[in-house]
Amino acid sequence: MKTTNHRAWLLVLPVVISVAFSAILPLITVINYSVQDIFGPFQRVFVGGEWFRDTLRDSELRGAFFRNLLFSAEVLLLEIPLGVAVALALPAKGWRASLSLVLVALPLLIPWNVVGTIWQIFGRADIGLGGFFLNNTLGLNYNYTNDPFDAWMTVLVMDIWHWTPLVVLLCYAGLRAIPEAYYQAARIDAAKPWAIFRYIQLPRLRGVLLIALLLRFMDSFLIYTEPFVVTGGGPGNATTFLSIYLSKLAVGQFDLGPAAAFSLIYFLIIQIFCFIFYTMILNLGKGPAR
Amino acid sequence: MGGSGQPRSAASPRPPSDVARIELNSLAHSYAPKVQRPGDYALRPMNLTWQDGGAYALLGPSGCGKTTLLNIISGLIKPSEGQVLFDGADVTALAPEARNIAQVFQFPVIYDTMSVFDNLAFPLRNRGVRGSEIKKRVQQVAELLDLTPDLKYRASGLSADAKQKVSLGRGLVRSDVAAILFDEPLTVIDPHLKWILRSKLKQIHQEFKLTLIYVTHDQVEALTFADQVVVMVDGSVVQMGTPQALFEDPAHTFVGYFIGSPGMNLLPCRLAGSAAYVGDHPVPLGAETLARAQQAVTPESRVVLGIRPEFLGCSAEENTQSGGVAADITAVEDLGNFKIATATLGGTSVKAKLSEDALLTPGRGWLRFPPERTKLYIDDRAV
Repeated sequence: MKTTNHRAWLLVLPVVISVAFSAILPLITVINYSVQDIFGPFQRVFVGGEWFRDTLRDSELRGAFFRNLLFSAEVLLLEIPLGVAVALALPAKGWRASLSLVLVALPLLIPWNVVGTIWQIFGRADIGLGGFFLNNTLGLNYNYTNDPFDAWMTVLVMDIWHWTPLVVLLCYAGLRAIPEAYYQAARIDAAKPWAIFRYIQLPRLRGVLLIALLLRFMDSFLIYTEPFVVTGGGPGNATTFLSIYLSKLAVGQFDLGPAAAFSLIYFLIIQIFCFIFYTMILNLGKGPAR
Repeated sequence: MGGSGQPRSAASPRPPSDVARIELNSLAHSYAPKVQRPGDYALRPMNLTWQDGGAYALLGPSGCGKTTLLNIISGLIKPSEGQVLFDGADVTALAPEARNIAQVFQFPVIYDTMSVFDNLAFPLRNRGVRGSEIKKRVQQVAELLDLTPDLKYRASGLSADAKQKVSLGRGLVRSDVAAILFDEPLTVIDPHLKWILRSKLKQIHQEFKLTLIYVTHDQVEALTFADQVVVMVDGSVVQMGTPQALFEDPAHTFVGYFIGSPGMNLLPCRLAGSAAYVGDHPVPLGAETLARAQQAVTPESRVVLGIRPEFLGCSAEENTQSGGVAADITAVEDLGNFKIATATLGGTSVKAKLSEDALLTPGRGWLRFPPERTKLYIDDRAV
């Protein structure tokens, strides 16, 4: 006989309430909006799945989606290896370790819109150090307000500057958690540096790399503030990511219905990608177990 | 070859030309950059020789420098003073991978993402051994360690004892390995598997005549495993000898106290005439011991009398012949196949191990110190 004690529910209640207010209720509101055409506070019409159909057919939105996908792919492909490399290069102990960690972590402490502002000014050809250097010293024709490629690169480099430190910190923590005996055994087994990285460090970084990958994917797929401040989504649509398009729809044009439908699809996409990454990494590098 | 003259078994991964007598030549190590006083040494200066093919245990309490010594022999640590010689050749500057030595660590080290086969093949692949040769060796070693059924599986799924066998196997596959160092390898192994694994080690030792150095703080483990036990305390080696020698002839009070259960009785005393006085009770000494003690003793030296509980006689009747010493017997414990009597002599508690049929009750009693078994220690060293 199993005894049941329903008082346990009381203990879970605070969490249930806070999650309800922070996630479930807003989500239900969004679902509610997504099936209605809202004209004003008291004027609304039920439209069923119309907004979902519209959203999936919207070519501008599809453009933003692929742009965002490309951006996230580039971010992951550049930031993860770079983060691992920097973490490997950092000193392991002593004051040098503390100093380099603080220096590496600095960009993480800067608020998003400030990061945007910094790079907006930094990239300007007239008063910005970076823009001036590229144009006058290297003789390139760099202008992120005009050239779609320059705008894209600016946003990408800004993201790398801002967020690679997160990957570095996670990997650094993962590396320090590897017991010394592994390195000692590797030395006795005459392992070369590459083999040490491949068979000791990388497998033991699996957990932190998974977290880094998920965080960086979600953040880059949701990116809003920084490109909004630097390029405002332009030139043209060159840096209009999903969230920028969404806020245009919801806040700029006050199309709450389509925006809500869009949000739900957006949410689903992120969930699916995270699930795929998660399962992939957990099963990576595993041979047949007993 | 270890003096055995036996032909090596066909499975032997080591050609018979490899011998390794390991010598430590005025070796010392300090983690501090500058040594100001003896206490700065993690390992105090020592000379020690490990014969080829011996099974050695390195025994001592935690933090006495056992692991440091082991890591110096394997090359993981470069000693701050002195030399390590393998068969007379100075290897002090050689990296671990260049020495013909393998090491097994306290916690099993396996390469998680590799199969058991790849784990065992790893040291050979890194050394550029041919594929067919690797396969042959790995299969031999897997056979020996009962790992054959696991070869194709991922090593991270194994139990702790199998993992430890894999790390041992990575040493055994190498044809150049002449000595294997163990750093408390059974710490994380279940008690009933410890015994099995230890027998396996003995079997391997007999089969391959490898030099084995086994670090432990467990005296039972050391005494059952090794032909020679090296006892360390506070960064210095206090005695190297057979388990029997450590028991019968401890060279240092620590050896007496650490080995044996209960440990040696150590009684502070002073020398006068032909006896050592514990409090005001004279204890007769052997003539040789006495002569050497009188030479070594100075007014400042700390003199301690030591006798194993196994050798200390204890009876209720007065023993008139050869110096019985009166003492208060405070307790007699019956431990099944023997009895332990606790007595007080000159303010110090002593224990005597008696046969199970000894008739003794607490109260007045007599202790007998057989002179040939009574040791004398001046400043902790046997005279």
